[in-house]
Amino acid sequence: MSISQEKIKQLKQKANEIRRTVIETLVNAGSGHTAGPLGTADIFAYLFFHALNHDPKKPDWSERDRLIVSNGHICPVLYAAMAQAGYFPVRDLIKGLRKFGSPFQGHPQRKFLPVLETSSGPLGEGLSQAAGMALAERMSDIRRFDGCLTSSKLFFCILSDAELQEGNIWEAIMFANKEQLGNLIAIVDRNKIQIGGFTEKIMPLEPLREKWEAFNWHTAEINGHDFQELDEAISAAKEFSTKPSVIIAHTIPGKSVKEFENKPEWHGRAPSKEEGEKALKELQ
Amino acid sequence: MTNQQPKLKSTRAGFGEGLVLAGEKDKRVVALTADLKESVCMSVFAEKFPERFIEVGVAEQNLAGVASGMAAMGKIPFIGSFAIFSPGRNWEQIRTTICYNNQPVKIIGSHAGLSASADGGSHQMLEDIALTRVLPNMIVLSPCDAIEAKKMAVAAAAINKPVYIRLSRAETPIITSEETPFEIGKAEMVFEAKKPKVGIIATGPILHKALIAAKELSESGVTVSVMNLATIKPLDEKVVIKLAKETGAIVTVEEHQIAGGMGSAVAELLAQKEPVPIEFVGVRDQFGQTGTYEELLNLYGLSVLKIKQAVRRVMKKKG
Repeated sequence: MSISQEKIKQLKQKANEIRRTVIETLVNAGSGHTAGPLGTADIFAYLFFHALNHDPKKPDWSERDRLIVSNGHICPVLYAAMAQAGYFPVRDLIKGLRKFGSPFQGHPQRKFLPVLETSSGPLGEGLSQAAGMALAERMSDIRRFDGCLTSSKLFFCILSDAELQEGNIWEAIMFANKEQLGNLIAIVDRNKIQIGGFTEKIMPLEPLREKWEAFNWHTAEINGHDFQELDEAISAAKEFSTKPSVIIAHTIPGKSVKEFENKPEWHGRAPSKEEGEKALKELQ
Repeated sequence: MTNQQPKLKSTRAGFGEGLVLAGEKDKRVVALTADLKESVCMSVFAEKFPERFIEVGVAEQNLAGVASGMAAMGKIPFIGSFAIFSPGRNWEQIRTTICYNNQPVKIIGSHAGLSASADGGSHQMLEDIALTRVLPNMIVLSPCDAIEAKKMAVAAAAINKPVYIRLSRAETPIITSEETPFEIGKAEMVFEAKKPKVGIIATGPILHKALIAAKELSESGVTVSVMNLATIKPLDEKVVIKLAKETGAIVTVEEHQIAGGMGSAVAELLAQKEPVPIEFVGVRDQFGQTGTYEELLNLYGLSVLKIKQAVRRVMKKKG
């Protein structure tokens, strides 16, 4: 089942709203990460408004799909997408990001925001957790139904490209292959930047797709701003019942605000009030 | 209690029996190891519950993360490796994915202290109490013998918190019995003298040496009471303070660095609530080396003689 043009239009609008919320929250916070959240807004719009089986009114619904955001520093986009989806009011987020006592901690923390699947920030740890969840689900399934897999729950893990420099990630990649976790889908935000510069200069990741393939994952490489491609890749990934999937999503860091695009200096910086106002005009 | 030829058994073996009991009691219990199934005594569990046993290979960071994810889905994971690798290698994964999330993963660190004796200093773990007790949400347990370790495995499974259990490879004396009470958070007086002049607080299998020291001291007229501090965190403050009040002098005994260990935990409490002189028996800022277990215990001052000397030193400080 392919995605309708009408749905794509709707998702584009959602992505724009998410980007606007990201800018507003970062300006009010006065610090935080800009490039990653803007670059992944389309992916988050697609997940929260199309792909994820979830119910913002029942966040602890046990049958929901799980989304693990391993690269916790892009949380402004996670928070913005969740707010837009109805998990909490957008105005609370704009007021609260990175503020004392707020649920919207500088990096995601479940203690303050229990609707999160996990706390994150230190890089390289999300894929292990997502794999553990996917395995636990499959174990429960097998026990209940004598070998028959009946659960259709999916476990998504968002990874930054630079965090693939962490050794822990490759331990998890090996593990997911060993356990044949077909219910696990990793999405790599391939924006080619990290805090200190461009990934290929700091620590080259290429040939990236071939690396995942060599670890026996199903792989796809797409334009992370194209909803059609996202949809096709996720649909294809769902077909693999005994193989984990990775979607390498090429994105433009800082996407949709020309001033911020493709510049490593925007990795860990928040826009000033003036820069934010200019950005919001571009995101009309 | 301090009979001459006690039965010997390692705490890791006791834990292995307890893990099976925990698995029988609760289907949510799963066991994971980083290629040390035999060494951490998870083999019987793995044979009995193969569908609940997961081998992650030599990858302790992933071991912690996977367990956190499984706990998030309602499992009760026990993760086993040598203490030097878990919580040594994967400390930050344990901090962030397990403790920060407050997931009820049980970290089983075997071959702790000097018990990886022939393997040498690289494999001996004298820093694990320090590493784990600084973590919020973490419970830190250190069994004195195999029977207590068995009870700990069962108790750890039943508590909805992260737990660290420190185990030894060494065959050490059975001190307690099946009837000895064990409860997480409760310290136990195991030797009570009349009008004790010094209180010894010991944790782990070295408790046996503390008991021998106490008995020998009593025979020479020095009355000493001995506490088994099996739960290092949360500390049984009431009982520790009571012992300090009663004796006015404390000796702590542990197979761990003095820095940051159980003695430090006791000192932090007593400095605030009941300041009394304390002597610390433990390893003094040194790495281990190859030797037999007893050779190493003697080299690093973890002997009956050194405990007795510490008791006499602390008595002098009482003034």
